[in-house]
Amino acid sequence: MSRFLFHRLAQYLVLLWLVSVIGFAVLHLAPGGPLAQFTLIPGMTAEQLQVIAHQMGLDRPLPVQYWEWFRRMMVGEWGRSYRDSQPVLYVIGAHLWPTLELMLSSSVVAVLLGTWVGVLGAIRRYSVFDYLATIGAMVALSIPTFWFGLVFIYIFSVKLAWLPPGNLYTIGDGSFLDYARHLIAPCLVLALVTIAIWSRYMRASMLEVVNQDYVRTARAKGVPERAVLVHHTIRNALLPMITIAGLQLPTLLSGALVTETVFTWPGMGRLFLDSIGYRDYPVVMGILMFSAMLVLIGNLLADLLYAVSDPRIRLD
Amino acid sequence: MTEATDIAATVARPSRARSRALARFVRHRLALFGLAAIVVLVLLCAAGPYLWPYNDLRINMRQRFAEPLLAGLHVFGTDELGRDMLARLMMAGRVSLTVGFAAMAISTLVGILVGTLAGYFGGMIGTALMRFVDAVLCFPSIFLLLALAAFVQPTLLSITLVIAATAWMEVARVVEAQIRSLRERDFALASEALGASDAHIMFRELLPNAIAPIVVASTLNVARAILLEAYVSYLGYGIQPPVPSWGNMLNNAQEYLVTAPWLALLPGLLITLAVTGFNFVGDGLRDALDPRLDIS
Repeated sequence: MSRFLFHRLAQYLVLLWLVSVIGFAVLHLAPGGPLAQFTLIPGMTAEQLQVIAHQMGLDRPLPVQYWEWFRRMMVGEWGRSYRDSQPVLYVIGAHLWPTLELMLSSSVVAVLLGTWVGVLGAIRRYSVFDYLATIGAMVALSIPTFWFGLVFIYIFSVKLAWLPPGNLYTIGDGSFLDYARHLIAPCLVLALVTIAIWSRYMRASMLEVVNQDYVRTARAKGVPERAVLVHHTIRNALLPMITIAGLQLPTLLSGALVTETVFTWPGMGRLFLDSIGYRDYPVVMGILMFSAMLVLIGNLLADLLYAVSDPRIRLD
Repeated sequence: MTEATDIAATVARPSRARSRALARFVRHRLALFGLAAIVVLVLLCAAGPYLWPYNDLRINMRQRFAEPLLAGLHVFGTDELGRDMLARLMMAGRVSLTVGFAAMAISTLVGILVGTLAGYFGGMIGTALMRFVDAVLCFPSIFLLLALAAFVQPTLLSITLVIAATAWMEVARVVEAQIRSLRERDFALASEALGASDAHIMFRELLPNAIAPIVVASTLNVARAILLEAYVSYLGYGIQPPVPSWGNMLNNAQEYLVTAPWLALLPGLLITLAVTGFNFVGDGLRDALDPRLDIS
């Protein structure tokens, strides 16, 4: 186990380093930079721009800039935002909670609904429900998340006026109920894709387990069918799903970015878009690194949880 | 019949022949539906603008926000500048579908190249290439797409390249796995013993045997590319007006959601239709070409 962990962590460090190189190269090799913002100031001269570039360290060779950034990042100094000079980690931290709230709540919804759809599809294989679920999952994977959000707003906010069309809370209200009402729409919109994926894998996983000897044994020794289904089949079918959950993280993050835009949700996605518009390299790099870390931690947790929950799996 | 006895019946008689056939038929029908949707959309967008009386760029401020079906020939209504929506949707479709196909072609080529080289040579080269693939996959795709798109001059070509740059990794993985296993097969070893060059073995012997999963992956990649174009254009970093695309038509549609909802509903509907079409066809091809890949 510890050998596995060590090996994995080493692998992840290499990956993160690669991620940082790719991210840095993408940002810095592209034309147009943070200086463009300062040319908009009236009376800005070329000499002054030079001074700014020098003070920001932008006039040094790229490898030097990268090394400077990398060296500081390794000791936890992720630089300061070009926009408001706040430390990058602080800026990310300030926008993290709304995104996490959105991702967590939609994951819970997606796992519950997806499991239900998958289980029902498996035990009633080739039924009308199963076909509709199959087709529905494919269509759900084809709908652009932001457009689904717009449709949601149109139906539930414009037509029915049941839900607010965006934002984290109503200014001046901010009660728990108000928060919850604002969360419903973005949470469901973000959950759609995950429900589709989760239900497909859950169905496949159920069909594998249903043919196992221990299910037959349970049935043969007279365990009631419902107990066989809940305790023997579904429980075991959920095990491999842990891995799927870990692998869904990048998709969930991408979806969160788009969903946040539609629902004017003040999370990391919005921060990322704003920072890109401003050419705020330190924040953009910070978010890229942070999300890559989140993705890798998700992978690692999935592997470990899978091993812990299933004694047949030995990690080494 | 309860749920539980139903499950028993399914297990006890796995070969419900009629149901299986039905399943295949429905699957097949979905693929056909997908193909029909794609053909109709392509024909509509390619030929439609020649036949339709309205030009997609003609502004008519006296007929702004005409509702669909209520304003004479403007069957899909008009937008905030009085431009005909159907004409715009068709021209936008040309752009979106072209970007989708072109990005698919480029990303598939890159994926094949990387995957083949990595799978064939293995060792250091293979590890390095596949680690690079892993690293790119660590970025949530929209984040990478936006980071790239925001920093290039947005043109049709550059946006296509950017989308391709975020969509080649899956193909590379599929091809690498295929080539790595095919490489040890007798026919490959025989070819090597006969003195064939590396390039000959890679591209003439091995690659043709890996074509099925590539076809499936690239079909699904068209769907993905159309979706990515929509995302990046909706967020304002993709195809720039006045060139319309299904994505950028949605860009400011949210403002008019209350007064002119069709501006937001119609382009998204077409995106969904096109993407669903390619996904259905890809799924059907997967069933037809390689049943082992089926997860459901």
